[in-house]
Amino acid sequence: MADQKIGKIKSIAGPLVIAKDMRGCEMYEVVRVGQEGLMGETIKLIEDLAYIQVYEDTTGLKPGEEVVRTGLPLSVELGPGIITNFYDGIQRPLLGIKDLAGDYITRGINVPGLDAEKKWDFMPTVKKGDELVEGDIIGEVQESKVITHRIMVPSGIRGKVVEIKSGSFTVDEIIAILNAEGERIELTMKQKWPVRIGRPFKEKLDPEVPLLTGQRIYDTFFPIAKGGTAAIPGGFGTGKTVSQHQLAKWADSQIVVYVGCGERGNEMTEVLLSFPELDDPNTGEKLMERSSLIANTSNMPVAAREASVYTGVTIAEYYRDMGYDVALMADSTSRWAEALREISGRLEEMPGEEGFPAYLGTRLADFYERAGRVVTLGREKRYGSVSVIGAVSPPGGDFSEPVAQNTLRVVSAFWALDTNLADRRHFPAINWLTSYSLYLDFVKPWYDKNIDTEFQILRGEMMALLEKEAELQEIVQLVGQDALPESDRALLEVARMVREDYLQQHAYHEIDSYCSKEKQYLMLKVIMGFYQEVKKAIDGGIMASRITAMKVKDEIARMKYIQNPEFPRRYEGLIRSIEDEFESLRSDR
Amino acid sequence: MKEKDIKAREYRSVTQVAGPLMIVEGVEEVAYGELVYIRTPEGDKRMGQVLESQENLAVVQVFEGTRGLDTEQTRARFLGDIMRISLSKEVLGRSFDGLGRPIDGGPEIIPEVRLPIIGAAINPTARDYPNEFIQTGISTIDGMNTLVRGQKLPIFSGSGLPHNDLAAQIARQATVLGSEEPFSVVFAAMGITHEEANFFMNSFESSGALERIVAFINLADDPAIERIITPRMALTAAEFLAFTYDNHVLVILTDMTNYCEALREISSAREEVPGRRGYPGYMYTDLATNYERAGRIMGKKGSITQMPIVSMPDDDITHPVPDLTGYITEGQFVLSRELHRKGIYPPVDVLPSLSRLMNEGIGEGRTRADHLGVSDQCYSAYAEGRDVRSLVAVVGEEALSERDRRNLKFADIFEERFVTQGVDENRTIEQTLNLGWELLSMLPEGELKRIDEKYVTQYYRRGAQLEAEEG
Repeated sequence: MADQKIGKIKSIAGPLVIAKDMRGCEMYEVVRVGQEGLMGETIKLIEDLAYIQVYEDTTGLKPGEEVVRTGLPLSVELGPGIITNFYDGIQRPLLGIKDLAGDYITRGINVPGLDAEKKWDFMPTVKKGDELVEGDIIGEVQESKVITHRIMVPSGIRGKVVEIKSGSFTVDEIIAILNAEGERIELTMKQKWPVRIGRPFKEKLDPEVPLLTGQRIYDTFFPIAKGGTAAIPGGFGTGKTVSQHQLAKWADSQIVVYVGCGERGNEMTEVLLSFPELDDPNTGEKLMERSSLIANTSNMPVAAREASVYTGVTIAEYYRDMGYDVALMADSTSRWAEALREISGRLEEMPGEEGFPAYLGTRLADFYERAGRVVTLGREKRYGSVSVIGAVSPPGGDFSEPVAQNTLRVVSAFWALDTNLADRRHFPAINWLTSYSLYLDFVKPWYDKNIDTEFQILRGEMMALLEKEAELQEIVQLVGQDALPESDRALLEVARMVREDYLQQHAYHEIDSYCSKEKQYLMLKVIMGFYQEVKKAIDGGIMASRITAMKVKDEIARMKYIQNPEFPRRYEGLIRSIEDEFESLRSDR
Repeated sequence: MKEKDIKAREYRSVTQVAGPLMIVEGVEEVAYGELVYIRTPEGDKRMGQVLESQENLAVVQVFEGTRGLDTEQTRARFLGDIMRISLSKEVLGRSFDGLGRPIDGGPEIIPEVRLPIIGAAINPTARDYPNEFIQTGISTIDGMNTLVRGQKLPIFSGSGLPHNDLAAQIARQATVLGSEEPFSVVFAAMGITHEEANFFMNSFESSGALERIVAFINLADDPAIERIITPRMALTAAEFLAFTYDNHVLVILTDMTNYCEALREISSAREEVPGRRGYPGYMYTDLATNYERAGRIMGKKGSITQMPIVSMPDDDITHPVPDLTGYITEGQFVLSRELHRKGIYPPVDVLPSLSRLMNEGIGEGRTRADHLGVSDQCYSAYAEGRDVRSLVAVVGEEALSERDRRNLKFADIFEERFVTQGVDENRTIEQTLNLGWELLSMLPEGELKRIDEKYVTQYYRRGAQLEAEEG
């Protein structure tokens, strides 16, 4: 039977529409539904029936209205103009939607992902006669103040340059012509790529370089590597979103793709208003100059929420292919999983755990596997990476639920947010006893080389101190502090300093918000140096209560507020104050 | 909708009635979400909405219950339109039922506009970030969990706790410092008792603000399914007042747990796959379409601040309704049974309470420069004191360190003086912060690590320190 290009709506229930006369329609093909041409995607086929998830509100649709096939899978447009842009879950620019529809997002609006009018200055980097393969760079465009957009030969294409232009072009104008064994291929600055398929690369590499975040708890204790994956699970109010924002602001990736997936509208507005204002410590320019934002807030259509993480990761991969280190933040993957569950429920699939579909684990793994540090396509050897950091919002803060558990199976760094710490205003509320990072050994050589071999040793000692503290706390809970020997009491005092003066970091403080790796190292040395002195003093018979009362502790407590570049200069003074006060303690005896 | 659609169609082909649902067969071109008028064999009129539309068949949810419907004579009229509410400036001072029909004996509203009650999502690029401090006169809110204009901040409560008193007090006392802009309250009641509804109306009346209130009331004995519509009616009215008439609107939604139960009832009648505790899997999205209608829009003067009341069954904050609410709203006030038992009003437990937008609304030029520090320090000292309190039960007070004893004492005094206040006591932000300093001055100066030194120098009162030993 012949393919049918236009079908008819058979039934509508929420975001799920069933259309008939759709024979020949492919799985995950994009269709236009109803008179308003609402965008949808087929997710199940039975004979000539197509089950369609619709990316917009379906109120008012009627059986009998037309469903038009496009023949294409859900794709994003890739080219200059993505950086500094702000998209919805299916790559429609939100500012463009606002120009057309006003303050509210209404239905049936079509805005292309890349501005078709805007002219970009294209500088070729190849010349006539060059032989090119897929992934080769043919030229550059200054996309934002800090990002040079490298125009690549699309995947699957090779040939000899017949013509290459230079000058000002839109993304749809031809900038180069290749001859592929007699076939003439025209290249523009725009590519399309289906979001559900990962972009190709040559080789995946080990994650050896840390993604520095300027946050002490991650960089020192639970680092993530460039190309790595991390999950931040936490109940509400534990600071998932603030953590994600901090990472997006300060991580030393060249590009940040931030996906607000089913979260609050005001939070996206905050990102939108603050990123163009904040300085990037790595470039000195504004953060927005290296960011692309995707927002599908909780009240926007649920099917588009399902698509939003794929839109985000495809954009991230595209910049990775240019040779950039990209960080992708997804807040929150639980909302994405819920979208999956909602659609699955409407399809009347047999549910797995807690109503989630049985394929939840596979889908999560597919998504996180798109992270990685790779050698890209192209003849020159380019390195690029996509690091994925996903927030998880477990119901009731209970990590045993399916989304958190399936995520844990695939990510290598786990940053567990803790309600108790959050209630105590210990932020970031990452529990240091339950969190872990499998990258610690991978990145050790890098730390040894670029900071100091002592760094990871001190980190280990500090961790041991915190573990010992947890043990002692249990005893204190039972018998009270009086029962502890002097040395343990002193240890508790130092552990408190580690928690308050090192682990706690103030996201809203202009200086403490970002802590350089040098400052982290010196802060570690100050506190662990203090601890060594404490041990000596206790061995020398000084009472723990004397240590509790020491003045220099206030100075240590305030060291996090010293400017990053100024810290090395102040460090010596701090060490001297510590030594002096211990000296006077000893002489007082 | 297009011209040809306006025509209404009437059918007598009801084939199934089950729970709140009714199935009509032999229908043509029924739109998803279309409004339906139903006439029972006795001649009663009911309202319904299309939940699922197929060729020749429509699933209709009946708002006022399906009692008295049959499969012989019941008539269903499909109106060719979605549900709308008639609005004009005259809605201020009026009361409506859960479906938006006047119940105060007054005339029908002569509409300026008829707006669909399903609101579209506000474009995040059109939102303005909420940052104007609302003074509620309540220390635990203003000082510790500041409310700002355009925020959605629920009260998590339990049965028997004074959440109504607190909500009414906030509605009475809320002001924005130095602002004379029009202020109004939209009150949506879902499944609350007559008594509770009267309490609110009397409280509004006694404050002389009745002409600034719009009430949508679905009481405990009103049809449960109607509750699905009530908050949407109220929020549409609020949007109209805020963004057409520049009002600053406070929306009180009580009780969202009843709303969610109605949602669950429909879901189970449709035999959908249930999520946690039988609530439908799409409850998060559904709640979000209500809660996310709070906020400010760039270039518009008005704002919508939402205060939903959520009663936690068995005081369980991990129950799906408070849990999903907490994930959507910008913080929460949690009422504590323990504080209530001690006779403390308002029994706001500041530890699990949170206002996410607080940082934007406080500080120099908004409240006072030392606000954040005072709030952080009080939190941390109170939290430690509470920890010690549970410890004392095990090890006795003798085993405590000096610092622990101080914090324990601080926690007691904090509850006595800072948390406790009268139902009509309206504290200015200055008073609240000064009270905070009075308490913090009982601690040694060196322990105030969370406050900038310069404010410690400015506000700390030397000589007021606690003698921990005597505690």
